[in-house]
Amino acid sequence: MSKKVISKRIEDNLQGTVVFSVPFPTGDDLSSLKHMSPIVIKQPYSIDYNYSYGQDSPFFAALANGRFIVTREPQTGYTYATPRAHDMYTGRETEWVEIKPEGRIHAFTVCYFGSEAFLPETPFILIQVEFDECDTLFLGRLIGADTDDANIKWIGKKVKGRFLRNAKLKPTDIYFNLAE
Amino acid sequence: MQPVYVVSGGVSKFVKARPDKTFQGLVKEAYDYALADLGIDHSQFFELVDGSVASYFSDHFTRQLMAGIMAQDYLGLCPKPSHRVEGGGATGGICFQEGWKAVASGYMDICLAFGFEQMSHVETWKGNEFIALASDISFDYPVGGFYSGYYAMMVTRHMAEFGTTVEQLAHVSVKNHINAYHNPYAQKRQRLTIEDVRSSPMVAWPLTRNDICVMSDGAAAVIFCSEDGLAKLEKAAGHRLPRVKVAGIGRGTDAMRMSDRPHQSYEDFYKYNALPNEQNDDDRAYYKKLWKKGFRYPGVHSFRAGRMASREAYKNAGIVDPLHEIDFVELHDAYTSSEVQTYEDMGLCRYGEGGPMAASGKTFMPGIDYGLKLPEKPVCPVNPSGGLIACGHPVGATGLMQAVFALWQLQGTIKKHFGDPALQVPKAHRGAIHSHAGTGTYVTVSILEKEK
Repeated sequence: MSKKVISKRIEDNLQGTVVFSVPFPTGDDLSSLKHMSPIVIKQPYSIDYNYSYGQDSPFFAALANGRFIVTREPQTGYTYATPRAHDMYTGRETEWVEIKPEGRIHAFTVCYFGSEAFLPETPFILIQVEFDECDTLFLGRLIGADTDDANIKWIGKKVKGRFLRNAKLKPTDIYFNLAE
Repeated sequence: MQPVYVVSGGVSKFVKARPDKTFQGLVKEAYDYALADLGIDHSQFFELVDGSVASYFSDHFTRQLMAGIMAQDYLGLCPKPSHRVEGGGATGGICFQEGWKAVASGYMDICLAFGFEQMSHVETWKGNEFIALASDISFDYPVGGFYSGYYAMMVTRHMAEFGTTVEQLAHVSVKNHINAYHNPYAQKRQRLTIEDVRSSPMVAWPLTRNDICVMSDGAAAVIFCSEDGLAKLEKAAGHRLPRVKVAGIGRGTDAMRMSDRPHQSYEDFYKYNALPNEQNDDDRAYYKKLWKKGFRYPGVHSFRAGRMASREAYKNAGIVDPLHEIDFVELHDAYTSSEVQTYEDMGLCRYGEGGPMAASGKTFMPGIDYGLKLPEKPVCPVNPSGGLIACGHPVGATGLMQAVFALWQLQGTIKKHFGDPALQVPKAHRGAIHSHAGTGTYVTVSILEKEK
């Protein structure tokens, strides 16, 4: 029977930070360390979440089927364009209602910078949409308008929703075009 | 509740990046400054302090959970009680109020509040992404998560509702950057013009780079005490300390998704949101007219949380005419537009009058040349320190930074701490600090007063 060999050293590899030479005092005088430059290293961080849309899931299923649903408090009729499963005033459960995604621009901006995830898409237009059937607003992208023409008169313009042909199960499965 | 004094504070210099220190080292700088200003050392303070509150906004920036206890540990305050608070951009303001609560409730006689953020560990684009994760990740973030974009949408609505202009917004940027010119703690000390603000790169229409605060590394610390705590600190310091009290606090909230914010009636506005100084025939007629034109409250143009925080703080401090009863305000101007909107929320003017107020001169410092023709004299300087736009916004520290600068104003020690008397508000007796999170989700207002 051969004897099991257990290594007492960590084998060097070329992963992570590879250091060949770091300046350090050679003698006993360590006082200069108070003035040394900080060491900065790269620390990668990446993760995939199994994220659940929970009670809001039907909204995304609707988008994937080319339909736009909102939630309504059954007794008061208060209607949320961005769905909420419970009403914030009565505390009661809301019900799903389908509406035509046609409304008006309530507020907008053109983003020339952004989060890293969206930088390749700049400049892009964000709008808050108001629908006649709803008491609250919906955040979406306006596509097809000239970003150089941005002006306050965009507010109030009619917009119409369009659905992505291949849904990504994100709120951007619907986007908006100017309807006039 | 027992009276609460703010007796000392410290701020690290806010800069783009402090790779020379970890967050513990930054907090230590602010803490040491606060102790040195009191005239006591750490060993003496440790014997007296009952505990602390820590604040930092983002575990993503820090990439370190439990960073609050690590700073407590580094300061040498273990095993005293402590906890961390978090509330987006208002994290520092909430920390201030939690420090106040610890003493006001009688739980502690001396409490340290400290806060920090080190945002330089990621590139600006990634930082924007981290901040945008403080928006609804089901419905808002995936559409183009970018806080400057969210606030810019609020601006366009404000412009449409009230005729607010980009030049009026730019006045805020000019004022705050030039104020910061005299503040050695500030990150951006610049003499800008309206033209400079408008011609800087567009970030989110109509907000340019000079309309928006920058990311920073920094820390701040504030020491609270009761009457008994004050006696202990004075005994240790061997001298009398200036009396600056917390006269009242207020806090408000609103829906995370701005799309969910209500569009209330005139009657509901007067029932729930109006301030005492709006309870008169003139103001009622003014608002009635706004509602006739289609105005609804708060919509996406106004911060109801800021209004409710102000209302509560004013009630607690006995303020009925904020513009004339508050000598200065340090408010959360992450965007020039936020400052304009906050004038209205805080009742320094009526809703819809923020734009003209920004360009009026009323909120500027006396004795400083802004290179602008301002029609009116200063009444209540806003952001004499330079605010977030010019000082920087290391989130967990920001609300505490405001408290420290307000304390120095009320102590009359701006010259001592800034090495320049230009930003000392004359005869400052009462100041307000205002801290604000995520498009107005959490807002705190705290009133500090010099004891007569």
